[in-house]
Amino acid sequence: MEMVVRRGMGRGISAARRSFSTSIEAEKPTGEGKPINLFSAINQALHIALETDPRAYVFGEDVGFGGVFRCTTGLADRFGRSRVFNTPLCEQGIAGFAIGLAAMGNRAIAEIQFADYIFPAFDQIVNEAAKFRYRSGNEFNCGGLTIRTPYGAVGHGGHYHSQSPEAFFCHVPGLKVVIPRSPQQAKGLLLSSIRDPNPVVFFEPKWLYRLAVEEVPEHDYMLPLSEAEVIREGCDITLVGWGAQISVLEQACDDAEKVGISCELIDLRTLIPWDKDTVEASVKKTGRLLVSHEAPVTGGFGAEISSSIAERCFLRLEAPVARVCGLDTPFPLVYEPFYMPTKNKILDAIKETVSY
Amino acid sequence: MSAFSALKTIPSHPIAGGHRRRSSPFLSSLTNTAPTGHQLHSSAAISVSLSHSVIAPGRPVRAVSANVVSEEKQLDGSAFPVISREEALDLYEDMVLGRTFEDMCAQMYYRGKMFGFVHLYNGQEAVSTGFIRLLTDGDSVVSTYRDHVHALSKGVPARAVMAELFGKATGCCRGQGGSMHMFSREHNLIGGFAFIGEGIPVATGAAFSSKYRREVLKEACDDVTVAFFGDGTCNNGQFFECLNMAALWKLPIVFVVENNLWAIGMSHIRATSDPEIWKKGPPFGMPGVHVDGMDVLKVREVAKEAVGRARRGEGPTLVECETYRFRGHSLADPDELRNPAEKSRYTSRDPITALKKYVIEHGLVAESELKAIDKKIDDLVEEAVEFADSSPPPPRSQLLENVFADPKGFGIGPDGKYRCEDPGFTQGTAQV
Ligand SMILES: Cc1ncc(C[n+]2csc(CCOP(=O)(O)OP(=O)(O)O)c2C)c(N)n1
Ligand SMILES: [Mg+2]
Repeated sequence: MEMVVRRGMGRGISAARRSFSTSIEAEKPTGEGKPINLFSAINQALHIALETDPRAYVFGEDVGFGGVFRCTTGLADRFGRSRVFNTPLCEQGIAGFAIGLAAMGNRAIAEIQFADYIFPAFDQIVNEAAKFRYRSGNEFNCGGLTIRTPYGAVGHGGHYHSQSPEAFFCHVPGLKVVIPRSPQQAKGLLLSSIRDPNPVVFFEPKWLYRLAVEEVPEHDYMLPLSEAEVIREGCDITLVGWGAQISVLEQACDDAEKVGISCELIDLRTLIPWDKDTVEASVKKTGRLLVSHEAPVTGGFGAEISSSIAERCFLRLEAPVARVCGLDTPFPLVYEPFYMPTKNKILDAIKETVSY
Repeated sequence: MSAFSALKTIPSHPIAGGHRRRSSPFLSSLTNTAPTGHQLHSSAAISVSLSHSVIAPGRPVRAVSANVVSEEKQLDGSAFPVISREEALDLYEDMVLGRTFEDMCAQMYYRGKMFGFVHLYNGQEAVSTGFIRLLTDGDSVVSTYRDHVHALSKGVPARAVMAELFGKATGCCRGQGGSMHMFSREHNLIGGFAFIGEGIPVATGAAFSSKYRREVLKEACDDVTVAFFGDGTCNNGQFFECLNMAALWKLPIVFVVENNLWAIGMSHIRATSDPEIWKKGPPFGMPGVHVDGMDVLKVREVAKEAVGRARRGEGPTLVECETYRFRGHSLADPDELRNPAEKSRYTSRDPITALKKYVIEHGLVAESELKAIDKKIDDLVEEAVEFADSSPPPPRSQLLENVFADPKGFGIGPDGKYRCEDPGFTQGTAQV
């Protein structure tokens, strides 16, 4: 299976060696599918979710005509306007409405148009969705809730169409946070998220919606949540990331290899609850860890990984855990490339960590 | 909140034109009937009626629709011009500036000169011009992501707006924000707000400040704040929260809804339970007015009244301007959803063409003078592009400045230098 991602200055990378060795679900992706991009993979997953569960609904701003990123194309025609519908512009209302719908035993699949716009809904997600089961002593739950939202940089998005707010949600017990790196991953992880009995915030790397193309099996398959995937084996340093950052890390791995450094690359895939064991096993092998994400470094999820691994692997670590992340500034307009955890910044940090 | 004695009005049933037939824009667009005549005509009657709609304790709140009023006492537009020659020239020039500037933005965007998402204002000029040209320097404007033209009407120089769009150091925000983030302290432009509804409470807070200065600090302050936002935004809680606060505290604010019938791909009629937004004023205790937003003179008449009311300390007004955007939602929108018949119905009512016709027919201005304005604005906008293009990019230190008031220990390293000036900071990194 071949995935090609192009980001930034048209640099292409290809990552063979994709496997689903970690998949424990009954329905694994089998056989090769057609090459499709990430938004089409999401679209397929949504078709399947609505097809396989008559109590599943898709709603949000503009989803009726396919959404601003075309992820919901064709759903309203296929499943009708009572199951696939536009909401008014009211994110707090959308989230609360979705919780109520889910609490009545439905699968509420809500779209927040950009992750930057999720903050008006933050209150409902944090105070209601995350605590619904706990607060009601399991009388009710909103496990059928999945909030899909595009996150991250696109090269020119400016302050309000580029943010990566995942860490805020990782700080809230009761929510799962999932971020796919590719079309095939997106389809399988989204179906798992929709069918998971907990509320899930599913961040989609919008930079890859069109750019990432990969063969995706057409059938219904799920990829397990809370299982990280080792997507490249190596022995000198472990690199951990998720979402769009994985393709940047892959480029850094390639460059590191040219100077004789062997990197092991892990896609965390689910941020909460995260697969500490896979990361721990890798770091015990390599003795070094680098975490990279687009969100600002301070208080980012990299800090949590760094701290947990320091606890678990203290005596095995040969160097401090490196974090190559966004700067502690608002997402900038003009100087986006300085802000971003680019390949060369990662490469510098890899070299520094390996020669510590 | 007890800084002011909050007037509590208990609205009786609003006189919302219920007994009178008004030509509802929504009904006409639903039934596809032709629009009602769109010649510009004086609406002096509006001011009469509106000035009697002052809310006093115990008095019923009145909703006034400009349409209702104008139907009641329709003046023959040909009889007497409602603006002076100077006003006509000012309005025309401001609208042409808005249009020409936005057309140029589209060109520059497609040439890759601009960052971020860019939303143009074409078609809606009568609203910005009709309101903002009436304001004083001290009055404040709060805008949305569709903010370039509001900035221009408020007096921010075209070159400063263009340079901001180009992300240059000479932009009105030093190139820090870009298209959806126009601010100017000098012009009391309190910002473009890119998130739906978020400017409305900010405007409400600004209006409170004016009232406090006047009533508590006894300063000579009669500043008014005008908040602009779209139809889609009126389905957001912040809108309702602010109608309540503004009426509760009787704030000097005008809420201006630019109802262009669409919120990206969501038709207004399908997104809201009662499409007549102006009706939402009276239940909160303020007048609601509906006005033809393609007619700058009507907008101006309504604006005069609403701004005057705020300035006199009589409280807020909700004004719904029915307008239309002539382009897609943003320059990234292929604009495939809106029906061509609907589009042409509104493009045939181009507010600039209508004003031109009016001023010429009324002998206020000669056509050659308008042509001269067109030429002047073309040159001005060309100059703005040249200025923006040749301006320097912001220094790299921009990235770390203005996050906090004092960047020490953050943007500035232990050696007292900006971290970003340390060669290591951008070593081997991105090409800018
Ligand atoms: C909180 C938030 N949610 C969603 C968006 C995305 N968005 C940008 S503009 C827009 C439509 C707004 O429509 P309307 O208020 O009618 O203003 P118009 O664009 O027509 O001027 C939407 C949904 C946003 N900017 N902010
Ligand atoms: Mg609108």
